[in-house]
Amino acid sequence: MLTFKKTTLALALAGATLATTAQAAEVEVLHWWTSGGEARAANVLKELMEAEGYGWQDFAVAGGGGETAMTVLKSRAMSGNPPSAAQIKGPEIQEWGELGLLGDLNEVAEAEGWDELLPEVVADIMRYDGQYVAVPVNVHRVNWLWANPAVLEAAGVEMPTTLDEMFAAGEAIREAGYVPLAHGGQSWQDATVFESVLLGGQGSEFYQQALVELDPEALGGEQMIAALEDFKRTRELMDDGMSGRDWNIATAMVIEGTAGMQLMGDWAKGEFTAAGLTAGEDYLCAAAPGTEDAFTFNIDSLAMFRVTDEGEHDAQQALARLVLEPTFQEAFNLAKGSIPARPDLDMSEFDSCAQQSLADFQRTADEGGLVPSMAHGMAVRADVQGAIFDVVTNYFNDANMPAEEAAQRMVRAAQAAAF
Amino acid sequence: MRDTLPMKNTAATPLGPGTKRSAPSGSLQAWLPRLVLAPSVAISLFFVYGFMLWTFVLSLTSSRMLPSYNFVGFGQYARLMANERWWVASTNLMIFGVLFVLICLVIGAFLAILLDQKIRQEGALRTIYLYPMALSFIVTGVVWKWLLNPQLGIQAMVQSWGFESFRFDWIVDPDMAIYTLVIAAVWQASGFVMALFLAGLRGIDDSIVKAAQLDGASLPRIYWRVVMPCLRPVVFSAVMILAHIAIKSFDLVVALTGGGPGYATDLPATFMYAHAFTRAQIGLGSASAMLMLGGVLAILIPYLYSELRSRKHG
Amino acid sequence: MANVIRRQTPAARLGRGLLYGVLILAALFYILPLVVMLMTSVKPLSEISAGTLLSLPQNPTLEPWAKAWGEACTGMRCDGIGGYFWNSFAIVIPAVLISTTIGALNGYALTKWRFKGSELVFALMLFGCFIPFQVVLLPMAQTLGWLGISSSRAGLILVHVVFGIAFTTLFFRNFYVGIPNELVSAAKLDGAGFFRIFWRILLPVSAPIIVVSVIWQFTQIWNDFLFGVAFSAHNTQPVTVALNNLVNTSTGVREYNVDMAAAMIAALPTLVVYVLAGKYFVRGLTAGSVKG
Repeated sequence: MLTFKKTTLALALAGATLATTAQAAEVEVLHWWTSGGEARAANVLKELMEAEGYGWQDFAVAGGGGETAMTVLKSRAMSGNPPSAAQIKGPEIQEWGELGLLGDLNEVAEAEGWDELLPEVVADIMRYDGQYVAVPVNVHRVNWLWANPAVLEAAGVEMPTTLDEMFAAGEAIREAGYVPLAHGGQSWQDATVFESVLLGGQGSEFYQQALVELDPEALGGEQMIAALEDFKRTRELMDDGMSGRDWNIATAMVIEGTAGMQLMGDWAKGEFTAAGLTAGEDYLCAAAPGTEDAFTFNIDSLAMFRVTDEGEHDAQQALARLVLEPTFQEAFNLAKGSIPARPDLDMSEFDSCAQQSLADFQRTADEGGLVPSMAHGMAVRADVQGAIFDVVTNYFNDANMPAEEAAQRMVRAAQAAAF
Repeated sequence: MRDTLPMKNTAATPLGPGTKRSAPSGSLQAWLPRLVLAPSVAISLFFVYGFMLWTFVLSLTSSRMLPSYNFVGFGQYARLMANERWWVASTNLMIFGVLFVLICLVIGAFLAILLDQKIRQEGALRTIYLYPMALSFIVTGVVWKWLLNPQLGIQAMVQSWGFESFRFDWIVDPDMAIYTLVIAAVWQASGFVMALFLAGLRGIDDSIVKAAQLDGASLPRIYWRVVMPCLRPVVFSAVMILAHIAIKSFDLVVALTGGGPGYATDLPATFMYAHAFTRAQIGLGSASAMLMLGGVLAILIPYLYSELRSRKHG
Repeated sequence: MANVIRRQTPAARLGRGLLYGVLILAALFYILPLVVMLMTSVKPLSEISAGTLLSLPQNPTLEPWAKAWGEACTGMRCDGIGGYFWNSFAIVIPAVLISTTIGALNGYALTKWRFKGSELVFALMLFGCFIPFQVVLLPMAQTLGWLGISSSRAGLILVHVVFGIAFTTLFFRNFYVGIPNELVSAAKLDGAGFFRIFWRILLPVSAPIIVVSVIWQFTQIWNDFLFGVAFSAHNTQPVTVALNNLVNTSTGVREYNVDMAAAMIAALPTLVVYVLAGKYFVRGLTAGSVKG
């Protein structure tokens, strides 16, 4: 019995080891581009890789805006077996860099002239200790307002450009019998609305102080209290069924005309496009009320892990080069709703919203107003972000918590990274 | 309770008439049971106790995204105690755990007693009650979300039958959302408890009940006074199984509420996961894991104590 | 336990009716989610957005099932969850067999070959039942790395065996405690050895508890998501991971009917096991595993 048991185990071990031995010149890519449009777009990258003779091992893990994928990544890193490339973004790239796990992309960056090609703010995020360790895939704008023109017309309102206008429009839309603001009750969606409202009411300078630099005076001050109060008011524009609703279901409410507006990043455009709607006609896009001179960015990127295998290393460099290839940039960003990470591309294929996004990106980069999105992990480290999420979402859902108290909690949350 | 036979001596003192015949292998035979158990013990020591120790060590460090060994004493525990969300999660586990265990026991026992009344189609009914245990909330989460959603699910359905004022919107109410978790968890586990009770009832000698009936006792009274006391071991097993389900509850929260609204339905398991994995606070997450394990011990030690004691007194 | 309500008085008949009423009501509560899943999985998309959860399908179609099995996208691969289904079996079957075998031997050694400290050994192992899996994720990852079986099927099997033997040992031990010791003693006197006694005396009567153990382990391992997602590679992901990928889309129209069909497919093996073996499950529990 005992020997039988051991043999089975040994056989199982042997079989599995054989099965996972990777061939040379392959990349295993951990990502969470799992939905139809995204996956098809990412497939373009896979085909480009295969056309150059490299293998692509797809390791997709969906769920929670990459939370599950990050768990898997940590587990893989702990076991000393990280994938060749993983979808990591923002300050987290720095943390993986500090652990010494990332390989550099300097060869390809030099050959392709990334320093000139990429906007400075994008390039900065991709570098750890002066070396390129990741390649940007796209630039999302988070501070968008989406609307259904038919609903606006029925309510007799225009696309709002200030917060006050938005609240007024919301009232009118409700009276006309629609849900004013489509929303899903998940903490990251709450935070997305919060940062857009804060930006709209208090401006990008305050945003920078409070949500990027975590200045305690800004976090606990009058402006924060005002922003929190505005934020709470948006709740009155939402419906009861929002609990746990996915953001794309909320977008569907705007598409179907049961809701008037939605505050959401430009990935929402993928939904409108998939429903066969045209920007400017069937649906409207505008900077979130009060934020036309600001741009909260959210940049997806692929970071490369340090590998010893020569062939895998070459494959990584090729992958990094191909990610910035115009074919992929165009295909991927058309599907995702974002704008290309390199601003030199021809934008004629893109719709008016994307064109406006690119123009605003360049304008805010020059004139100020380009800020990282807190809600999407671009501004602060994960622990601080999580603590802020807790405050935001709890305040939003608690009818009895005064804004002053929430502001004080915000100050404490920013100190969450005590060690 | 049932091993009243003096078994204990046989292995320890292999001195029966037969021992001579198997003399060469005698000592091996005496050691074989221990050898068979050895791998499992080693596995437990390493994978359970070793990992717990490792987690404890990490809880004393400032580990962030991946483990590091920069010791900060009990600082993470102090932070945990000051963390409001941790208290919400712990309180939730108390509410959830107690309600879940009690309701499952009551419903399980009730259904088992009803099913024990020579019911036609008992097999079919039993399968229907039992099947939720076969499904994880990864599978049924979406449906539960729909059913509990006031605009899609039960509320909308009952309203469409004409009861316009019917409200069932607990899932959007931070004070009530935790009870929706109880409903779904009871749905999943109460059928299993029913099976345990049913098994227990089938094991009871008919004559006891017949005797009580001859004495003129009413049926509810018989169940309460005669049958239930016989089922004490079942209750005990059920409580243990339910308690471990409650403590491990994770998929349930993730699938139904995602911890929301706000973090009103957070449980220690989701708290630990969120901090250790999503928020790069492995130190704090480990500290919360240690406190959770402490809670487990508080339940388990009385159980083991009575287990071992009942063996001794056989 | 048979009860002696035989006289068909009106009151008794009323009681009988009430009894069935309550039982059927309870059955409705339990079956509701499954019914909603099943009906949604055979509705065309247009009917889902138009009707309510419980409206009957007007034009039932099996297309969502076909799509979920063979065409739906999980990441970049669009060949459905069918392939992952077999991945799950490749993990579950060895893990269940190994953990049940070990559990049986452990239970046997702990009850029929008691030695000083065997109760302590049992208590020690029992704690493994209660470890929340999130806690062991990282140390397990490191250990699998040391063993050189990270991201492999063998690694996953090992993980499931390690955390399954606590339960299987518990089941078998509590069952074997109830088996009279005379037979074992007599066999020992005849000079039968450890494995011979197990093979000849214990195993033949173990069917009920083997059923319980197998059902329990099968369900636990099949439904596992956390270990499956953390310790698998791209080509060994179990079906729960694929289901999660399929259901958690972030853009594109959500095909609820396909989601539901995929969920049903993923749940089918455990459902079948419960429906077919449920009777033996209760019987096995009766046979002793629940007696403290």
